[in-house]
Amino acid sequence: MNPVFMLKAFKKENKVLLAELVRTDFKLRYQGSVLGYAWSLLRPLLMFLVLYIVFAEFLRFGDAIPNFPIYLLLGIVLWQFFSDMTNQGLGAIVGRGDLIRKIRIPRWLIIVSTSVSAFINLGLNLVVVGVFIAISGMDLLVTSIWLPLIILEIYALGLGLSLFLSAAYVKYRDVSYIWEVVMQAGFYATPIIYPLTLITSLTFQKLLLMNPMAQTIQDARYTVVTHETLTIHNVFNNDLYRLIPISISLAFLILGVWYFRREAKNFAENI
Amino acid sequence: MSEKIAISIKNVSKTFKLPLERHGSLKSAFLSGLKSRKTYERQEVLKNISFDVKDGEFFGIVGRNGSGKSTLLKLMAGIYNTDKGTIEINGKLTPFIELGVGFNPELTGRENVFLNGALLGFDRKQMEAMYDEIVEFAELEKFMDQKLKNYSSGMQVRLAFSIAIRAKTNILLIDEVLAVGDANFQRKCFEIFKKLKREGNTIVFVSHDVGAVKEYCDRAILLDKGKIVAEGDTDNVMGEYLKLNRISADKELKKINDRSQKNIHGASDKGIKIEKVWVANKDNQDSLVFRPNETIIINVEATAHRAYKNPSIVLRCNNPSGPAVFSVNSHTKKIALDLKPSDKIRIKWEVENIFNDGIYHVSVIILEDEIVQDQVIETHRFDVEGWEYPYSIAHPEDKLEIKKV
Repeated sequence: MNPVFMLKAFKKENKVLLAELVRTDFKLRYQGSVLGYAWSLLRPLLMFLVLYIVFAEFLRFGDAIPNFPIYLLLGIVLWQFFSDMTNQGLGAIVGRGDLIRKIRIPRWLIIVSTSVSAFINLGLNLVVVGVFIAISGMDLLVTSIWLPLIILEIYALGLGLSLFLSAAYVKYRDVSYIWEVVMQAGFYATPIIYPLTLITSLTFQKLLLMNPMAQTIQDARYTVVTHETLTIHNVFNNDLYRLIPISISLAFLILGVWYFRREAKNFAENI
Repeated sequence: MSEKIAISIKNVSKTFKLPLERHGSLKSAFLSGLKSRKTYERQEVLKNISFDVKDGEFFGIVGRNGSGKSTLLKLMAGIYNTDKGTIEINGKLTPFIELGVGFNPELTGRENVFLNGALLGFDRKQMEAMYDEIVEFAELEKFMDQKLKNYSSGMQVRLAFSIAIRAKTNILLIDEVLAVGDANFQRKCFEIFKKLKREGNTIVFVSHDVGAVKEYCDRAILLDKGKIVAEGDTDNVMGEYLKLNRISADKELKKINDRSQKNIHGASDKGIKIEKVWVANKDNQDSLVFRPNETIIINVEATAHRAYKNPSIVLRCNNPSGPAVFSVNSHTKKIALDLKPSDKIRIKWEVENIFNDGIYHVSVIILEDEIVQDQVIETHRFDVEGWEYPYSIAHPEDKLEIKKV
């Protein structure tokens, strides 16, 4: 058979399967709940409400920042995307053990399907952000066109981590507990609920921005909400430093792909 | 049948590392990494296996439990990786290791059809085109909008099977677990497989069902402890398989019966005591596995410790936890018996083996005036195997005539 043709057939099959896995994931996610898909939107909104009341109204964190509610919401939505991707990815291989032990499907497809689900969820959440922007009467910055690139970076980081974590989880069940703690720490090590300006030490600001999630969330706020956001650009006065968190993201992607490929052939035996 | 090779297996070995104390945690992995690395046991499941399956063949892989046949199937399916050797597949291969893999109980029958179809590589349009046929074949028209969890297991199997047979593939790997369901459904499965074979597909069938392999397979291999011990003509291979079974079943049953023998104790030394029970063949040699139409002899020895006037003796054989399959009562055989104290009796019951494949348990009961004096219930066992068509309880001598009139 013509190898090019085989490649095409292979791709089509995978595409069909990917679509079906994502569809199933969505159907099952809110299975049995009255509000169903609405929870996809309600979850981040409710979280936003709580954080907004505590940090904006009580603690007045955002007084110095224009459009702080949107600023806060965008941060939460992006963090949620990262958290969805890694948490769902982590358990995906073990959770789909029935498929892996009994039929032959590309293993990575399972991880890609969870990442696509998370991505669709992000899309829905960004619509909510859009509605908020419209209601608040904020002017959307022209730089917003850069947002897709920023999301791409989060996706790359999340995918790499998902691949790595899901493969490690097959062997070591501790991974889920460790990751829970890491995510908790990450939530505070990332300026999501507090503005970066709250940290007065420049060294700490710089250190924090080496975290790809901090860099991307700050960049997203800068491009969409307000240019007064602190980013690598104005903390370091040198855009080359931006390469560090981007490199970290890429390194995780490469590590994840390498480790997953190495381990994937033994999944069926080890689950 | 052409001489083209569909599956070529060369020098394949597979070893599983079985953790002795499963280190499912980082701590133990870390600790064992520091100390010795020997926290697992190596289990060689397949040792240097080589064989070819020709294009268009119905090929059987037989072996006892743990002989490595399912592992071999998973290697061919690409689910496991070989340690050594190569497996070459010429064509598109679909494994059926279990029916309904990926079925989700929370989705409706309809949604599951599409999901399962995608796992076989069909897109929605293709599935929609064959949807009605699938539902009709499974006879589930009224249930497609119900969640799968409300289906009976039989309904699930029917649905899964009618999707599975749509697979556009030219090599099928079929594991024995597919042969679930009632005899009727199994027949239906095999009819489909035969049809697929007629259409030129290659079928690899893993089983320990002697009847099915003999009936359907052109060629077979016999695996024992990870090695091929017989290869080629199905009848020869199955003969070897039965021999192998007989040896190990003999050993196994002998152990059980010896243990049971030790546990026989009379109700009382003052009554009558069943002292020994054993099963033998027509040459009166101890035997535990019987082939079709062989003679089964059940022997009993008992000693009376007081006088008995016409006691009755009942012998019974039944399947585990089932009703009696065959039994005898000395009274209905009009055997009169009077016993004095310390009289010893030997009972010999000869039966022609017309009974179906399976395990049989022996019970002996001695009664006087309908009151049990001594009994041993289901302690001794023997095995029947080798019927070509093992789909009924018994195989009495019969004559089948079919004429065109």
